[in-house]
Amino acid sequence: MIYAFYIAAAVAIVSTAMVIVQMNIVHALLYLILSLLSVAVIFFVVGAPFVAALEVIIYAGAIMILFVFVIMMLNLGTQSYRTEKGWMRVWTWVGPVLLASVLLADVVYMLVSPARLPGGGRLPPAFVRPYAMMVGPRAVGVTLFGPYLIGVELASILLLSGLIGALHLGRAVRPESFIGPVSAKKPGSSKKTDRGEGTVKK
Amino acid sequence: MMLPYLWLIPALPFAGFLVLSVLGRRMGNGPAAAVGVGSVGLSALVAILVASSFINAPPPAHVYTQTLWRWISVGGFAPGVMLYLDSLSLIMVLVVTVVGFLIHLYSAEFMAADDGYSRFFAYMNLFVGSMLVLVLAGNLLFLYLGWEGVGLCSYLLIGFWYREPENGAAAIKAFVVTRVGDTALAIGLFLIFINLGTLDIQRMMNLAALHWRPGGALPTIAAALLLGGAIGKSAQLPLQTWLPDAMAGPTPVSALIHAATMVTAGVYLIARTNVLFTMAPAVQIAVAVIGAATLLVSGMSALVQHDIKRVLAYSTISQIGYMFVALGVGAWSAAIFHFMTHAFFKALLFLGAGAVIAGLGGEHDIFRMGGLRRQMPLAFWCFLAGACSLSALPLVTAGFYSKGLILSSAWEAGRAGFWLWAAAIAGALLTSIYTFRLVFIVFFGEAKAKISKKPGPRAAIPLVILAFLSVAGGFVNFPAFFGIKGSMFFSRFLASALPSATYAAPLPETDLLLEAVAAIVSLAGIYVAYFFFLSSPEYSREMAGTAIGKVLKRFWFEDWGFDWLYEKTLAAPYRWLARTNRNDAVDLFYSFIAKVNMFFHYGLSLSQTGKVRFYAAVIALGAVVTITIAVFAR
Amino acid sequence: MMPPIPANPAPVNPLRMDMIPMNYALIVAWVLFVIGVIGVLARRNLLFILMSVEIMLNASGLAFVVAGSRWGQPDGQIMFIFILAMAAAEVSVGLALVLLAYHRFGGLDADAANRMKG
Repeated sequence: MIYAFYIAAAVAIVSTAMVIVQMNIVHALLYLILSLLSVAVIFFVVGAPFVAALEVIIYAGAIMILFVFVIMMLNLGTQSYRTEKGWMRVWTWVGPVLLASVLLADVVYMLVSPARLPGGGRLPPAFVRPYAMMVGPRAVGVTLFGPYLIGVELASILLLSGLIGALHLGRAVRPESFIGPVSAKKPGSSKKTDRGEGTVKK
Repeated sequence: MMLPYLWLIPALPFAGFLVLSVLGRRMGNGPAAAVGVGSVGLSALVAILVASSFINAPPPAHVYTQTLWRWISVGGFAPGVMLYLDSLSLIMVLVVTVVGFLIHLYSAEFMAADDGYSRFFAYMNLFVGSMLVLVLAGNLLFLYLGWEGVGLCSYLLIGFWYREPENGAAAIKAFVVTRVGDTALAIGLFLIFINLGTLDIQRMMNLAALHWRPGGALPTIAAALLLGGAIGKSAQLPLQTWLPDAMAGPTPVSALIHAATMVTAGVYLIARTNVLFTMAPAVQIAVAVIGAATLLVSGMSALVQHDIKRVLAYSTISQIGYMFVALGVGAWSAAIFHFMTHAFFKALLFLGAGAVIAGLGGEHDIFRMGGLRRQMPLAFWCFLAGACSLSALPLVTAGFYSKGLILSSAWEAGRAGFWLWAAAIAGALLTSIYTFRLVFIVFFGEAKAKISKKPGPRAAIPLVILAFLSVAGGFVNFPAFFGIKGSMFFSRFLASALPSATYAAPLPETDLLLEAVAAIVSLAGIYVAYFFFLSSPEYSREMAGTAIGKVLKRFWFEDWGFDWLYEKTLAAPYRWLARTNRNDAVDLFYSFIAKVNMFFHYGLSLSQTGKVRFYAAVIALGAVVTITIAVFAR
Repeated sequence: MMPPIPANPAPVNPLRMDMIPMNYALIVAWVLFVIGVIGVLARRNLLFILMSVEIMLNASGLAFVVAGSRWGQPDGQIMFIFILAMAAAEVSVGLALVLLAYHRFGGLDADAANRMKG
């Protein structure tokens, strides 16, 4: 099992790194899916099989499909590849990498600074090795629909509002309006024509 | 039994005020006058019925209280809207409503040509209501409400013809000067509440008598602060300067507010809280001294004025000085008696003067009048009745009895008594001189102007009634020395509300002698006035022409330079300060804060580049910095 | 100060996955998150930025699940489910906005939208 973890972790890190350096967006998306799948393996290994399944089905399945749809709708060609190439400069990476290295320093410091033991003595944190424990889907379900019921309801409201928002934003666009197709001048008539145009185009 | 309807007395004028102020513009003059006069008339009727009920079937302890509702309740402080009726407030209510009604009736004609007709009656009704609240209030806070209410109405009515800037200035002056006294009164109320825990007048006086040492610091300070309020409202020295200017208002206003009722509120306040003043002998002496000084000072000022209303204004100040003398020597009922007769004859004089002014088309200068006796006989005879009463013509006038009572009370007031009496008797001489100077100059001599209009019935009726009251009003308090049955009825009636005079009444023989002296002085004054202003005016001109005469005339005409003094010591420095501080030094601090905010605003608005990635980078930077601090600062 | 960490928690739990040290799993989560941050900051394409955000969300979800497993509690997984729901909503709205911006500005440049209207 421990080897499975190491392999999955290595694959996740490498593929995720590949996501952000790709020029071709479809390639990047494939790497992202790979990264998600390897994270799912890590979930399984640390004793969370239920969320491992969710990760594969919803994240790698449903959400990524959305990205695929959008890329298909945008119909990006070689032009976009060249634009990306033009945007990709060395100095754009300097700032983010600096920030990341500061965070790295934080983590390293946390790892090497000694932690306290119950007896009062100190032990290097490298020796403190808490281990994962199995938590099955049953326990998750019972807790989710028990103490976290309110959270489930709120999540459903969030999803509903996301649905409505996407619906509103995704309607047919008139060139002069930025946010949506509804014009302020003649609400009644313009609405009709907008819908008519939209259906005809599709 | 009418007593439970007591609340109607102040409520009716307020209702009239509400109706007039809401609907006044839509009403014609007729309905407006009907509402304005009718509400006060009904109030007077209720007051008379209440009075007859009070006299025929006195309530227990001669006190009737009516708590309408609790005003506020904060901690232990719960003043009620409480009406308190005893013989003192009954007298005040009767005078206010009856005289007020007569003056309203007079105004219905006097103001007929004015385009602010309904506004005038609205203010007048509000005034009467507030004045009734003042006199009927059972606690000092409620009294203060009425006190400020009448002050407000006084301001509104002095500035009634607000299109003239001088009238507005006079109104502001009256308001500001009385505010000095009102502030003292308010502080006095705070002091009383803090030390005695109540503002209920009767409870307050009982507690004060229990807990405070007579002559101690607390009663003295409290009484002095109340006296401050009384001085401001009653235009006594040194806050008398506002009253002559207050004559800028319409004449009925001067009659009602600045002669008959409001300016005597100070007298009422002191009589109402008499226990407090008895416990502070120093303050009580101060009351008498202030009264004596005021009556002399303004009596002399009245002697040289040209404006008919200013003469009467100074005489008002002077007569209130008499009331203060009476209060100061503990002759409470004498003060209230003089208040009543003064209300009658001074209202009459003002209304008569108003008839003259209206007849001459707004002329105020007495030296352009003259010989009006034949042209306006009714006004003349009524004015003469008032003038006789004011100068205390012996036996037949009300003023003689009330002033005589004050004089004899002053005579008996211990060591200071003689001096107070002397001042009062000198004031009496001055009074009859300036009063009959007015009569002789205005109504006798050659006619200098033609009158354009005579008083109509609505103006004539109040004049006649007031003339009757000015003459006969004194008979309710016949002096004891005549030995007539029922003498001193008024004082005995007031005995249930006011303590008997501090000093024993003089012996009948002494009293008779004092009255005789007063009578002689009054007649002498009339003769002096006749000699100098009617039979041989050249003497008076000659006297005024000498150097000392010129100086005195100027000095008295300017009211002893009080206005000049206040202008130099208070108003001018204040204006200088206001001019210097035009940019408001205190404001610098706040504008500095605003400037700092503006600075940060501009700094932060530079960071609003509109680039999403920049924002994300800054958020990330902030998060990293926060985490780093959290990690390394453990 | 941090509470003391027990050296060996719940030794009798039969479901213990005693092979996987939690520290390493958390370090993986950290690495993924930092890669996401770098992606958000460095890329200019809106789609790439969205994907990087997804990476960050996923990494934080990983950290939650690992922490939950360390105590044998289901709460970490529940948090991951909430994050999943949030990510789904965010992606749907975000992609709709990307489409809109593409039609509006004719490209996917994040810096093009630097003028706000209204």
